[in-house]
Amino acid sequence: MKAIRLPEPRKPIPNLSVSDNQGLLQWISSVDHKQIGIMYLWLSVLFLVAAGCEILLVRIQLAIPNNHFLDPEVYNQLFTMHGTTMIFFVAMPAIFGFNTYLVPLMIGANDMAYPRLNAFSFWMTFFGGLLLYFSFLAGGAPDAGWFNYAPLNQYNYSSSPGVDYYCSGLLIAGIGTVTASANFVVTILKYRVNSMNLKQMPLFVWMILINSFLILAAFPSLNAALVMLLLDRQLHAHFFSAQGGGSAILWQHLFWLFGHPEVYIVILPVFGIFSEVFPVYSRKPIFGYTFIIGSGMAIALLAFGVWVHHMFATGLGNTVNSFFAASSMLIGIPTGVKIFNWLATMHGGAIRFKVSMMFAIAFLIEFTIGGLTGISFTLVPIDWQLTDTYYVVAHLHFVFIGGTLFGLFSGLFYWFPKMSGRILDEKLSKWFFWLFVLGFNTTFLVQHALGAMGMARRVYTYPNLPGWGALNLISTIGGFTMAIAIGLLVFIIIKALKTGKKATKDPWDANTLEWTTSSPPDFKNFDFVIPVKSTRPFRDLKRPEDADWKKTDNNG
Amino acid sequence: MIKLIVGTEAMFFLALIMAFVYFSFSPDFRSHQLLSLDLKSTGVFSILLFSSSFTFWRAEVCYRKGNLKQLKGWLLLTILLGGIFLFGQGREYLSLLNDHITISSSIFGTSFFTLTGFHGLHVFAGLIVISIITCLAFLGDYDKPGSSVIGAVGIYWHFVDIVWLFVFIIVYVIPHF
Repeated sequence: MKAIRLPEPRKPIPNLSVSDNQGLLQWISSVDHKQIGIMYLWLSVLFLVAAGCEILLVRIQLAIPNNHFLDPEVYNQLFTMHGTTMIFFVAMPAIFGFNTYLVPLMIGANDMAYPRLNAFSFWMTFFGGLLLYFSFLAGGAPDAGWFNYAPLNQYNYSSSPGVDYYCSGLLIAGIGTVTASANFVVTILKYRVNSMNLKQMPLFVWMILINSFLILAAFPSLNAALVMLLLDRQLHAHFFSAQGGGSAILWQHLFWLFGHPEVYIVILPVFGIFSEVFPVYSRKPIFGYTFIIGSGMAIALLAFGVWVHHMFATGLGNTVNSFFAASSMLIGIPTGVKIFNWLATMHGGAIRFKVSMMFAIAFLIEFTIGGLTGISFTLVPIDWQLTDTYYVVAHLHFVFIGGTLFGLFSGLFYWFPKMSGRILDEKLSKWFFWLFVLGFNTTFLVQHALGAMGMARRVYTYPNLPGWGALNLISTIGGFTMAIAIGLLVFIIIKALKTGKKATKDPWDANTLEWTTSSPPDFKNFDFVIPVKSTRPFRDLKRPEDADWKKTDNNG
Repeated sequence: MIKLIVGTEAMFFLALIMAFVYFSFSPDFRSHQLLSLDLKSTGVFSILLFSSSFTFWRAEVCYRKGNLKQLKGWLLLTILLGGIFLFGQGREYLSLLNDHITISSSIFGTSFFTLTGFHGLHVFAGLIVISIITCLAFLGDYDKPGSSVIGAVGIYWHFVDIVWLFVFIIVYVIPHF
């Protein structure tokens, strides 16, 4: 292991005094991983509000049958922008915010391996998002759905420049994502504190490492598809236009070859967050450290072998369908392994029901529901029946919200004191938790039923069939409950930042290195790093008589 | 770092090559390939590109041994060979365009220009980077051993050549069999 290299300049640069009281300029010009991480998180909140407003309009339109609140064209733009934004500009920046902020802190480094590249990655994401949203002013947002199928994405069917903005915005953000991932890999492999070997890394860092490789392998496929689509639309190439000899199926292959790994890309870091949260609030070591890493790797590898389960309805034949049905069932296993890891971590522990832990426990339930409905799609005939209905919508929201978003909330409530130096109001936070979980289940549980009854997604209105109106109204009410909850969350955060109680450096009695430095950390994270002899170095320091490295069975 | 970048670039080219192979099964595609592409002249230019990998490897060896004069010579030769390859590609494009084969004319034009165009773009980017390190070499930046820059650029340059090996075989050679 190489000696730690600190990225600070050895002598001060003349005529350039950077201090932390320069306000906005300091943030814009920052290459500090903590500031960039926080900017990622705020970017995510900004787009969460935007995409949330879009979907509220959609839910108003769907509240009653035969509604004409929105035109079909506007409706298409709104659900497309909602999906695209939530995936690429809410989930991804939020995950990257946590990664950028925490990875160096958790491995005892003072910054990322390439601080300027880190800033570059953030600003690419930022401007990619702005470019996508500029389409509203430039004559119409993209309107072919977030996976933007051909031939709908072709000029003949979508003649507004929206899809062009979709391509360029996602390309730019995608480049930022890839560079950030390369940065994480180098940081994790080369900048760990001397005494930390790979098997002592926090599980969050392990998941980021696996995830970064997943991104490096999956995103080029999207970028290639976007480039081809831009060529189709701008230079009249024929990649995806059937009348020119191209192939609409090719888009689906390229997109889902990226798209299915992408759903693991937004869940693996969250698995990492839970692997930090469960042990701390259960007062127990994680159950099966190596199994969590191993199943993470298994997920990452299998992720590239399941994409056709998005395409069962395209008629690729029984052989292909059976193969991908089997591989899709297989990928449920490593995910199930992890669920049992966390359950076993909680088993017999002294559980503290802080909001962060409550989100983690809620995740176990909601994500399992989402996982089970996911398994149901691997049965090809069921998929044929349910594809493109609200059953799919319910499934994907149970894994994206019940999985990714709950994980991000769990991480937010866990690390907020470290990031801001303030404590969140626990009572209001619990209100937020219950309001959000209630709203979430109200919105999406009923959509399983709607889908099974045959209600098609992405159609701007529906006939007044028995039950449809009532179930949709329930769903809309749930959606607004979630919106109120998000409003409450923003209020809680701002209140804590302004008048919150000061946090100590280790409010949760945690185990890992980020809690050994002050809250919030100074520009220079560490003056010295405590020795790392196990996966819980800080606990070893606090309880030397009971240190992990003294035990013979250190498998946890 | 550069290995990660090369890895992710490899996936990008894999997607472009997959698209090309996918379309090559469509009718008329092969006759288009045979009719419009000249195996011999592109083969000559390809050999020049592959030899630029050799010259760059010599440059790396010279740098490790501290042989500065030869380092500069091999770098210049690499730029020359890469430049000739791009010239060859430009010549080929020009003749295709004169025959009215463009990116929008047919599915062959679409996939051919995209695949070879992106490769050419990577050669061009590599030439810019090699030109920069050549300038730096003349300015004396590499007078001492220990810099990882030349090695990193080398990985990229060899990667670009290996990609061309696959592209050349798939686009130019296979239709003849």
